[in-house]
Amino acid sequence: MTIKERLTKEQVIRDKRPLLTGLLFGIAFGFLLHKGGVTKYDVILGQLLLTDFTVLKIMLSAVVTGMIGIYAMKSAGMIKLTIKKGSVGQNILGGLIFGIGFAVLGYCPGTLAGAIGNGYFDALTGGLAGILLGTVLFAQLYPKIKDNILQRGSYGDMTLPKLLKVNDWIIVVPVALFIVLLLVWMERSGL
Amino acid sequence: METLNAFFSELSWSPYVVGIGIGILSWLSFLISGKPLATSTTFAQMGGMIEKAISGEEVKNKPYYKKIKLEINWQSMLVVGVVIGAFLSALISGDFQMRWLPTLWSSTFGSDVMTRLLVAMGGGVFLGFGARWAGGCTSGHGISGTLQLAVSSWISAICFFIGGILTAWLIFNILA
Repeated sequence: MTIKERLTKEQVIRDKRPLLTGLLFGIAFGFLLHKGGVTKYDVILGQLLLTDFTVLKIMLSAVVTGMIGIYAMKSAGMIKLTIKKGSVGQNILGGLIFGIGFAVLGYCPGTLAGAIGNGYFDALTGGLAGILLGTVLFAQLYPKIKDNILQRGSYGDMTLPKLLKVNDWIIVVPVALFIVLLLVWMERSGL
Repeated sequence: METLNAFFSELSWSPYVVGIGIGILSWLSFLISGKPLATSTTFAQMGGMIEKAISGEEVKNKPYYKKIKLEINWQSMLVVGVVIGAFLSALISGDFQMRWLPTLWSSTFGSDVMTRLLVAMGGGVFLGFGARWAGGCTSGHGISGTLQLAVSSWISAICFFIGGILTAWLIFNILA
Protein backbone atom coordinates (compact mmCIF):
# COMPACT_ATOMS: atom_id res chain seq x y z
CA MET A 1 0.00 0.00 0.00
CA THR A 2 1.45 3.37 -0.96
CA ILE A 3 1.61 6.20 1.54
CA LYS A 4 -1.03 8.05 -0.40
CA GLU A 5 -3.41 5.07 -0.27
CA ARG A 6 -2.78 4.60 3.41
CA LEU A 7 -3.47 8.27 4.08
CA THR A 8 -6.71 8.08 2.15
CA LYS A 9 -7.72 5.00 4.12
CA GLU A 10 -6.97 6.69 7.44
CA GLN A 11 -8.87 9.71 6.23
CA VAL A 12 -11.90 7.54 5.53
CA ILE A 13 -11.73 5.95 8.97
CA ARG A 14 -11.40 9.31 10.65
CA ASP A 15 -14.34 10.68 8.69
CA LYS A 16 -16.52 7.71 9.58
CA ARG A 17 -15.87 7.85 13.32
CA PRO A 18 -18.17 10.84 13.98
CA LEU A 19 -20.98 8.90 12.31
CA LEU A 20 -20.53 6.04 14.77
CA THR A 21 -20.31 8.26 17.85
CA GLY A 22 -23.34 10.22 16.63
CA LEU A 23 -25.27 6.97 16.31
CA LEU A 24 -24.30 5.86 19.84
CA PHE A 25 -25.26 9.22 21.36
CA GLY A 26 -28.55 9.01 19.48
CA ILE A 27 -29.30 5.51 20.80
CA ALA A 28 -28.74 6.69 24.39
CA PHE A 29 -30.80 9.83 23.79
CA GLY A 30 -33.68 7.88 22.21
CA PHE A 31 -33.61 5.31 25.02
CA LEU A 32 -33.90 8.11 27.59
CA LEU A 33 -36.67 9.90 25.66
CA HIS A 34 -38.74 6.71 25.60
CA LYS A 35 -38.11 6.01 29.29
CA GLY A 36 -39.27 9.53 30.02
CA GLY A 37 -42.54 8.94 28.15
CA VAL A 38 -41.99 11.89 25.81
CA THR A 39 -42.19 9.76 22.67
CA LYS A 40 -45.94 9.86 23.33
CA TYR A 41 -48.44 12.41 21.97
CA ASP A 42 -50.48 12.18 25.18
CA VAL A 43 -47.52 13.22 27.36
CA ILE A 44 -46.54 16.15 25.10
CA LEU A 45 -50.12 17.41 24.88
CA GLY A 46 -50.48 16.86 28.62
CA GLN A 47 -47.64 19.33 29.10
CA LEU A 48 -49.05 21.90 26.68
CA LEU A 49 -52.51 21.57 28.31
CA LEU A 50 -50.76 21.98 31.69
CA THR A 51 -52.12 18.70 33.09
CA ASP A 52 -48.87 16.64 33.04
CA PHE A 53 -45.52 18.32 33.73
CA THR A 54 -43.25 15.45 32.63
CA VAL A 55 -41.77 17.36 29.67
CA LEU A 56 -40.82 20.38 31.76
CA LYS A 57 -39.40 18.21 34.58
CA ILE A 58 -37.17 16.37 32.11
CA MET A 59 -36.03 19.54 30.34
CA LEU A 60 -35.31 21.48 33.51
CA SER A 61 -33.38 18.68 35.18
CA ALA A 62 -31.40 18.13 31.95
CA VAL A 63 -30.63 21.85 31.77
CA VAL A 64 -29.50 22.15 35.39
CA THR A 65 -27.32 19.01 35.17
CA GLY A 66 -25.95 19.89 31.75
CA MET A 67 -25.27 23.53 32.59
CA ILE A 68 -23.18 22.82 35.69
CA GLY A 69 -21.05 20.21 33.92
CA ILE A 70 -20.65 22.18 30.70
CA TYR A 71 -19.61 25.37 32.52
CA ALA A 72 -17.25 23.40 34.79
CA MET A 73 -15.59 21.90 31.70
CA LYS A 74 -15.53 25.31 30.03
CA SER A 75 -13.84 26.83 33.12
CA ALA A 76 -11.28 24.02 33.02
CA GLY A 77 -10.59 24.77 29.34
CA MET A 78 -11.76 21.31 28.25
CA ILE A 79 -14.54 22.37 25.87
CA LYS A 80 -15.80 25.33 23.87
CA LEU A 81 -19.42 26.46 23.90
CA THR A 82 -21.42 26.34 20.66
CA ILE A 83 -23.81 29.27 20.94
CA LYS A 84 -26.46 29.75 18.25
CA LYS A 85 -26.73 33.26 16.84
CA GLY A 86 -30.16 34.80 17.04
CA SER A 87 -32.43 37.80 16.78
CA VAL A 88 -35.85 38.90 17.96
CA GLY A 89 -37.29 38.29 14.48
CA GLN A 90 -35.75 34.86 14.32
CA ASN A 91 -36.33 33.43 17.77
CA ILE A 92 -39.68 34.96 18.74
CA LEU A 93 -41.45 34.48 15.42
CA GLY A 94 -39.80 31.13 14.70
CA GLY A 95 -40.42 29.98 18.26
CA LEU A 96 -44.13 30.81 18.08
CA ILE A 97 -44.54 29.11 14.68
CA PHE A 98 -42.73 26.05 16.09
CA GLY A 99 -45.06 26.13 19.11
CA ILE A 100 -48.13 25.90 16.86
CA GLY A 101 -46.65 22.84 15.15
CA PHE A 102 -45.61 21.36 18.51
CA ALA A 103 -49.24 21.41 19.73
CA VAL A 104 -50.90 20.37 16.44
CA LEU A 105 -48.52 17.47 15.74
CA GLY A 106 -47.92 16.52 19.37
CA TYR A 107 -44.23 15.71 18.83
CA CYS A 108 -41.13 17.86 18.35
CA PRO A 109 -38.37 16.83 15.91
CA GLY A 110 -36.39 14.74 18.44
CA THR A 111 -39.42 13.11 20.04
CA LEU A 112 -40.87 12.46 16.56
CA ALA A 113 -37.84 10.27 15.85
CA GLY A 114 -38.49 8.60 19.23
CA ALA A 115 -42.19 8.18 18.43
CA ILE A 116 -41.26 6.45 15.16
CA GLY A 117 -39.12 4.02 17.19
CA ASN A 118 -42.03 3.51 19.58
CA GLY A 119 -44.18 2.35 16.64
CA TYR A 120 -46.43 5.39 16.16
CA PHE A 121 -47.44 5.55 12.51
CA ASP A 122 -48.89 9.07 12.72
CA ALA A 123 -45.32 10.24 13.46
CA LEU A 124 -43.76 8.11 10.70
CA THR A 125 -46.23 9.18 7.97
CA GLY A 126 -48.03 12.50 8.43
CA GLY A 127 -45.63 13.97 10.98
CA LEU A 128 -42.41 13.17 9.13
CA ALA A 129 -43.83 14.21 5.75
CA GLY A 130 -45.02 17.48 7.28
CA ILE A 131 -41.67 18.34 8.90
CA LEU A 132 -39.78 17.66 5.67
CA LEU A 133 -42.25 19.77 3.70
CA GLY A 134 -41.94 22.57 6.27
CA THR A 135 -38.15 22.66 5.95
CA VAL A 136 -38.36 22.69 2.13
CA LEU A 137 -40.80 25.62 2.30
CA PHE A 138 -38.42 27.42 4.64
CA ALA A 139 -35.45 26.85 2.31
CA GLN A 140 -37.57 28.32 -0.50
CA LEU A 141 -38.43 31.42 1.54
CA TYR A 142 -34.98 31.85 3.14
CA PRO A 143 -33.38 34.18 0.51
CA LYS A 144 -36.28 36.62 0.94
CA ILE A 145 -36.06 36.83 4.75
CA LYS A 146 -32.40 36.25 5.61
CA ASP A 147 -31.30 39.89 5.35
CA ASN A 148 -34.33 41.55 6.85
CA ILE A 149 -36.77 39.83 9.20
CA LEU A 150 -34.26 37.23 10.42
CA GLN A 151 -31.81 40.03 11.29
CA ARG A 152 -34.33 42.24 13.06
CA GLY A 153 -33.20 42.84 16.65
CA SER A 154 -30.07 40.73 16.24
CA TYR A 155 -28.03 39.83 19.32
CA GLY A 156 -25.62 37.38 17.67
CA ASP A 157 -24.14 34.57 19.75
CA MET A 158 -24.92 36.27 23.05
CA THR A 159 -24.99 34.39 26.35
CA LEU A 160 -26.53 35.59 29.61
CA PRO A 161 -23.12 36.04 31.35
CA LYS A 162 -21.78 38.03 28.35
CA LEU A 163 -24.96 40.13 28.20
CA LEU A 164 -24.68 41.07 31.87
CA LYS A 165 -20.86 41.30 31.65
CA VAL A 166 -20.27 39.05 34.65
CA ASN A 167 -18.34 35.86 35.42
CA ASP A 168 -20.16 32.73 34.17
CA TRP A 169 -20.73 31.38 37.66
CA ILE A 170 -22.55 34.54 38.78
CA ILE A 171 -25.30 33.38 36.41
CA VAL A 172 -24.88 29.58 36.57
CA VAL A 173 -25.36 29.31 40.35
CA PRO A 174 -28.56 31.41 40.64
CA VAL A 175 -30.08 29.80 37.51
CA ALA A 176 -29.33 26.34 38.93
CA LEU A 177 -30.84 27.28 42.30
CA PHE A 178 -33.90 28.80 40.63
CA ILE A 179 -34.52 25.66 38.54
CA VAL A 180 -34.09 23.34 41.54
CA LEU A 181 -36.47 25.45 43.65
CA LEU A 182 -38.98 25.54 40.78
CA LEU A 183 -38.86 21.73 40.53
CA VAL A 184 -39.26 21.36 44.31
CA TRP A 185 -42.21 23.75 44.21
CA MET A 186 -43.77 21.81 41.30
CA GLU A 187 -43.49 18.55 43.25
CA ARG A 188 -44.85 20.12 46.45
CA SER A 189 -47.87 21.54 44.65
CA GLY A 190 -48.60 18.16 43.06
CA LEU A 191 -47.81 19.12 39.46
CA MET B 1 -27.53 -8.00 37.30
CA GLU B 2 -31.18 -8.90 37.66
CA THR B 3 -31.99 -5.55 39.24
CA LEU B 4 -30.13 -3.89 36.37
CA ASN B 5 -32.20 -5.85 33.86
CA ALA B 6 -35.35 -4.95 35.74
CA PHE B 7 -34.31 -1.28 35.69
CA PHE B 8 -33.74 -1.20 31.93
CA SER B 9 -36.98 -3.03 31.17
CA GLU B 10 -39.12 -0.72 33.29
CA LEU B 11 -41.82 1.00 31.26
CA SER B 12 -40.74 4.42 32.45
CA TRP B 13 -38.22 6.15 34.66
CA SER B 14 -38.62 9.16 36.90
CA PRO B 15 -38.45 12.35 34.78
CA TYR B 16 -35.55 13.43 36.99
CA VAL B 17 -33.54 10.28 36.22
CA VAL B 18 -34.21 10.87 32.52
CA GLY B 19 -33.37 14.58 32.72
CA ILE B 20 -30.14 14.02 34.64
CA GLY B 21 -29.26 11.28 32.14
CA ILE B 22 -29.77 13.69 29.22
CA GLY B 23 -27.71 16.31 31.06
CA ILE B 24 -24.82 13.87 31.51
CA LEU B 25 -25.18 12.78 27.88
CA SER B 26 -24.72 16.42 26.87
CA TRP B 27 -21.44 16.60 28.85
CA LEU B 28 -20.19 13.57 26.96
CA SER B 29 -21.25 14.84 23.54
CA PHE B 30 -19.39 18.11 24.14
CA LEU B 31 -16.37 16.30 25.50
CA ILE B 32 -16.14 13.50 22.92
CA SER B 33 -17.68 15.06 19.80
CA GLY B 34 -17.52 18.78 20.57
CA LYS B 35 -21.19 19.02 19.63
CA PRO B 36 -24.49 19.72 21.36
CA LEU B 37 -27.43 17.29 21.17
CA ALA B 38 -29.68 18.68 18.42
CA THR B 39 -31.95 17.23 15.75
CA SER B 40 -33.83 19.65 13.51
CA THR B 41 -31.09 20.52 10.97
CA THR B 42 -31.11 16.84 10.02
CA PHE B 43 -34.73 17.09 8.87
CA ALA B 44 -33.85 20.13 6.74
CA GLN B 45 -30.96 18.19 5.16
CA MET B 46 -33.28 15.24 4.49
CA GLY B 47 -35.85 17.60 2.98
CA GLY B 48 -33.15 19.14 0.79
CA MET B 49 -31.86 15.75 -0.36
CA ILE B 50 -35.38 14.69 -1.34
CA GLU B 51 -35.87 17.98 -3.17
CA LYS B 52 -32.53 17.40 -4.93
CA ALA B 53 -33.59 13.89 -5.96
CA ILE B 54 -36.80 15.26 -7.45
CA SER B 55 -35.67 18.56 -8.98
CA GLY B 56 -32.01 17.90 -9.76
CA GLU B 57 -28.50 18.83 -8.63
CA GLU B 58 -28.94 22.61 -8.81
CA VAL B 59 -31.12 22.43 -5.67
CA LYS B 60 -27.97 22.23 -3.55
CA ASN B 61 -27.06 25.76 -4.69
CA LYS B 62 -30.08 27.23 -2.91
CA PRO B 63 -28.72 29.65 -0.29
CA TYR B 64 -30.23 27.74 2.63
CA TYR B 65 -28.83 24.38 1.51
CA LYS B 66 -25.40 25.97 0.96
CA LYS B 67 -25.58 27.18 4.55
CA ILE B 68 -26.55 23.84 6.16
CA LYS B 69 -24.81 21.57 3.55
CA LEU B 70 -26.73 18.56 2.23
CA GLU B 71 -24.70 15.80 3.87
CA ILE B 72 -24.97 12.84 6.23
CA ASN B 73 -23.10 13.84 9.39
CA TRP B 74 -22.80 13.24 13.15
CA GLN B 75 -26.21 14.76 13.78
CA SER B 76 -27.98 12.73 11.06
CA MET B 77 -26.73 9.58 12.74
CA LEU B 78 -27.86 10.92 16.11
CA VAL B 79 -31.41 11.16 14.76
CA VAL B 80 -31.20 7.61 13.37
CA GLY B 81 -29.90 6.56 16.79
CA VAL B 82 -32.90 8.16 18.52
CA VAL B 83 -35.25 5.98 16.47
CA ILE B 84 -33.22 2.88 17.38
CA GLY B 85 -32.81 3.81 21.06
CA ALA B 86 -36.52 4.49 21.53
CA PHE B 87 -37.31 1.25 19.69
CA LEU B 88 -34.97 -0.75 21.98
CA SER B 89 -36.38 0.79 25.14
CA ALA B 90 -39.97 0.25 23.94
CA LEU B 91 -39.22 -3.34 22.93
CA ILE B 92 -37.60 -4.46 26.19
CA SER B 93 -40.29 -2.79 28.27
CA GLY B 94 -43.14 -4.33 26.23
CA ASP B 95 -44.26 -0.91 24.98
CA PHE B 96 -43.62 -1.26 21.23
CA GLN B 97 -47.10 -0.58 19.89
CA MET B 98 -47.57 -0.12 16.10
CA ARG B 99 -50.61 2.15 16.17
CA TRP B 100 -52.01 5.00 14.13
CA LEU B 101 -53.86 7.01 16.77
CA PRO B 102 -52.73 8.39 20.14
CA THR B 103 -55.18 7.65 22.98
CA LEU B 104 -55.89 11.29 23.80
CA TRP B 105 -56.44 12.02 20.12
CA SER B 106 -59.01 9.26 19.54
CA SER B 107 -60.87 9.97 22.78
CA THR B 108 -61.23 13.62 21.73
CA PHE B 109 -61.48 13.60 17.93
CA GLY B 110 -62.64 10.05 17.13
CA SER B 111 -60.98 7.21 15.31
CA ASP B 112 -60.71 8.42 11.73
CA VAL B 113 -57.07 7.77 10.82
CA MET B 114 -57.00 10.09 7.80
CA THR B 115 -58.04 13.09 9.90
CA ARG B 116 -55.18 12.48 12.31
CA LEU B 117 -52.66 12.04 9.50
CA LEU B 118 -53.68 15.27 7.78
CA VAL B 119 -53.56 17.19 11.07
CA ALA B 120 -50.18 15.61 11.94
CA MET B 121 -48.89 16.63 8.52
CA GLY B 122 -50.16 20.20 8.94
CA GLY B 123 -48.58 20.38 12.38
CA GLY B 124 -45.35 18.95 10.98
CA VAL B 125 -45.20 21.71 8.36
CA PHE B 126 -45.38 24.38 11.08
CA LEU B 127 -42.87 22.46 13.21
CA GLY B 128 -40.27 22.04 10.45
CA PHE B 129 -40.76 25.58 9.16
CA GLY B 130 -40.66 27.10 12.66
CA ALA B 131 -37.62 25.08 13.75
CA ARG B 132 -35.62 26.37 10.77
CA TRP B 133 -36.91 29.92 11.26
CA ALA B 134 -35.89 29.88 14.94
CA GLY B 135 -32.62 28.09 14.16
CA GLY B 136 -33.29 25.09 16.40
CA CYS B 137 -35.85 22.91 18.13
CA THR B 138 -36.68 21.58 21.57
CA SER B 139 -33.34 19.77 21.75
CA GLY B 140 -30.97 22.24 20.04
CA HIS B 141 -32.45 25.36 21.61
CA GLY B 142 -34.64 23.91 24.39
CA ILE B 143 -32.02 21.76 26.08
CA SER B 144 -28.54 22.23 24.54
CA GLY B 145 -28.83 25.99 24.02
CA THR B 146 -30.50 26.89 27.30
CA LEU B 147 -27.96 24.85 29.29
CA GLN B 148 -25.21 26.95 27.66
CA LEU B 149 -27.17 30.06 28.71
CA ALA B 150 -27.58 31.24 25.09
CA VAL B 151 -29.91 34.22 24.80
CA SER B 152 -31.27 32.98 21.43
CA SER B 153 -32.14 29.62 22.99
CA TRP B 154 -33.89 30.92 26.12
CA ILE B 155 -36.06 33.22 24.01
CA SER B 156 -36.83 30.43 21.51
CA ALA B 157 -37.61 27.85 24.20
CA ILE B 158 -40.00 30.21 26.00
CA CYS B 159 -41.73 30.97 22.67
CA PHE B 160 -42.02 27.24 21.84
CA PHE B 161 -44.07 26.81 25.00
CA ILE B 162 -46.08 30.05 24.66
CA GLY B 163 -47.07 29.05 21.10
CA GLY B 164 -47.65 25.44 22.10
CA ILE B 165 -49.74 26.16 25.20
CA LEU B 166 -51.97 28.70 23.41
CA THR B 167 -52.46 26.40 20.42
CA ALA B 168 -53.18 23.33 22.57
CA TRP B 169 -55.71 25.36 24.55
CA LEU B 170 -57.42 26.51 21.34
CA ILE B 171 -57.52 22.97 19.92
CA PHE B 172 -58.81 21.20 23.02
CA ASN B 173 -61.07 23.90 24.48
CA ILE B 174 -62.47 25.71 21.44
CA LEU B 175 -62.27 23.28 18.51
CA ALA B 176 -62.91 20.00 20.34
